[in-house]
Amino acid sequence: MIGKLKKYLPEGRTLVIAIPLVWMLLFFLIPFAIVLKISFSEMMTAIPPFSTLWKYADEMLNVKLNMGNYLFLLTDDLYISAYINSVKMATLSTVFCLLIGYPMAYSIANASPTVRNILLLGIVLPSWTSFLIRIYAWIGILKNNGLFNNFLMGLGVIDQPLIILNTNIAVYIGIVYAYLPFMILPLYTNLVKHDHTLLEAAYDLGARPWKSFLAITIPLSFPGIVAGSMLIFIPVVGEFVIPELLGGSETLMIGRVLWQEFFNNRDWPVASAVAIIMLLLLAIPVAVFHHYQSKEAL
Amino acid sequence: MTTTPEQKKEPSIGADASKPFVLKPFVEIINISKNFDNFVAVSGINLQIAEGEIFALLGSSGCGKSTLLRMLAGLETPTTGEIIIDGQDMASIPPFKRPINMMFQSYALFPHMTVEKNVAFGLKQDRVPKKQIKERVMEILKLVEMEAYAKRKSHQLSGGQMQRVALARILVKRPKLLLLDEPMAALDKKLRAQMQIELVDILEDVGVTCIMVTHDQEEAMTMASRIAVMDKGSIIQTGPPSVVYEFPNSRFTAEFIGSVNLFHGKIVEDAADHAIIRCEEIENDVYIDHGVTGTADMLVSVAIRPEKMIVTHDKPDEKYNWTQGIVEDIVYLGSFSTYYVKLTNGKRAIATQANLNRTIHERPTWEQKVYLSWLPVSGVMLTK
Repeated sequence: MIGKLKKYLPEGRTLVIAIPLVWMLLFFLIPFAIVLKISFSEMMTAIPPFSTLWKYADEMLNVKLNMGNYLFLLTDDLYISAYINSVKMATLSTVFCLLIGYPMAYSIANASPTVRNILLLGIVLPSWTSFLIRIYAWIGILKNNGLFNNFLMGLGVIDQPLIILNTNIAVYIGIVYAYLPFMILPLYTNLVKHDHTLLEAAYDLGARPWKSFLAITIPLSFPGIVAGSMLIFIPVVGEFVIPELLGGSETLMIGRVLWQEFFNNRDWPVASAVAIIMLLLLAIPVAVFHHYQSKEAL
Repeated sequence: MTTTPEQKKEPSIGADASKPFVLKPFVEIINISKNFDNFVAVSGINLQIAEGEIFALLGSSGCGKSTLLRMLAGLETPTTGEIIIDGQDMASIPPFKRPINMMFQSYALFPHMTVEKNVAFGLKQDRVPKKQIKERVMEILKLVEMEAYAKRKSHQLSGGQMQRVALARILVKRPKLLLLDEPMAALDKKLRAQMQIELVDILEDVGVTCIMVTHDQEEAMTMASRIAVMDKGSIIQTGPPSVVYEFPNSRFTAEFIGSVNLFHGKIVEDAADHAIIRCEEIENDVYIDHGVTGTADMLVSVAIRPEKMIVTHDKPDEKYNWTQGIVEDIVYLGSFSTYYVKLTNGKRAIATQANLNRTIHERPTWEQKVYLSWLPVSGVMLTK
């Protein structure tokens, strides 16, 4: 009986691959198809608040694709500048994370194994607290009569509080703070594998320590830099919570626009179109990321 | 290749180690020590190496040979002592300014660079003009027969090819002194034998002074013109391979280099031209007719190399230098056989005999009673 059934049942190997495939289908491909469908519909005051794409009546299949949402996005300055601003903020945050994270990852990788574990724990530990609470805490630090301003005024460095909260600076601080571990961890994983004799060989061949670092360590850590940058750049482009809590009216980011379209304007079709364009924008860096990932696997 | 590297070099160095060093020293290591916390890695080493010499530091792992090499390269700072190369004190010179280059055991080729770029790296650091770099890189790649692989990356090379590139990378800098850390350790056995000879050929072509570190005595003897045997951070014996092998100065050297039969006994007669030593493990006294200094009743060891033992069925007529035993084991290795002979008092002696005849009837066989004898020149008396 079981023997007969076995012929029709898939092999164990196929099953193992099927689990992630089904997962991707259920939680990525189908939702993506729905969003794509909505982005081509028209807004309606109804439940759900968008028109259907096709109708079948009188032996006629009527497919109605509305390109208006996309055209609207391209013509309205708000969306274009929101995209540009998001990409700019994501790029700058990634650079800041790299500049701060690289020395940290480097020193962790070069520490003795015991110290290394403590330092790594120090990097990961803050994320045991809720992300939202940690961002909220920054409001308390950055506001006009907050910790930071009180500290500087107490020292007598300034006599007027610095306005940081509800500006782009606060958003950068929040993003760099929240995403720094995503830069440090992949960089550390890369740097800790480096063969120290390569640096010794570089000294031996006449390169000063700083030159050896530039010529050997940096290029060899490139896959780590790419991995960390992608892990930050991709989510930061669509980041909503940090600009919403720490940013001001000047902080125009695509995540916030999306939220407004969806919840305030209840314009699901435009919101979907915004999401689709964002996805396409991100597909490029993701492709780069995969390219280097497969290279590192070699 | 008709002569072995060892034979080629012997005239310039001289086979007699007892003579003092006559050539002007090019590398001088004066009383060098290195401590790691409480561990003494190298203690009070003095060495002089002549220009153009290929010198081997030979010892088992942990004997301090690699530490000594790293101190020469400047990768470790000596606790005490001086290193002088071509009249220049190295103490204040950082590794990247020393006229010394090292080939690492793992070769340490830069994985993100092509063969060409690896070789050019050192010249770029010295700000050599681009055109010259290209010429010199190609010239040296030709020397190591790797010009066809100039555009390859290191993971596309075999072990032997990686070694050639590593060698080219340091030779291209025209260093005054070349350091080789276990140059053959990453190669398989067959390739090793071939590369040993090729490497020596290249080094002699270039004429560079070279210090190598190895734990493999065969490698040291094939490649080096002189060997220093090291143990526990000190040098036990220095000399050309033939001297270190034939005239070991201590039990350590005798046992470390090749295999040896060691018998313990005491001097019973000490004359100007010979000595007679009585060993409990051997039935007859040992007569040695060379290089003997000692006093009567002194406790000594006698070392006899297995290939100098003569295995016979008949009892020798001599008064000295023979004993008898039973053949316990025979290892047939084609060109020669090794006999493990159990002596009457239980000690095991080793003798190797060349298999000159094709018939096996003449040769001793298992459980046979045999006589082991040797010439008066064969034994070496060791006091340490």
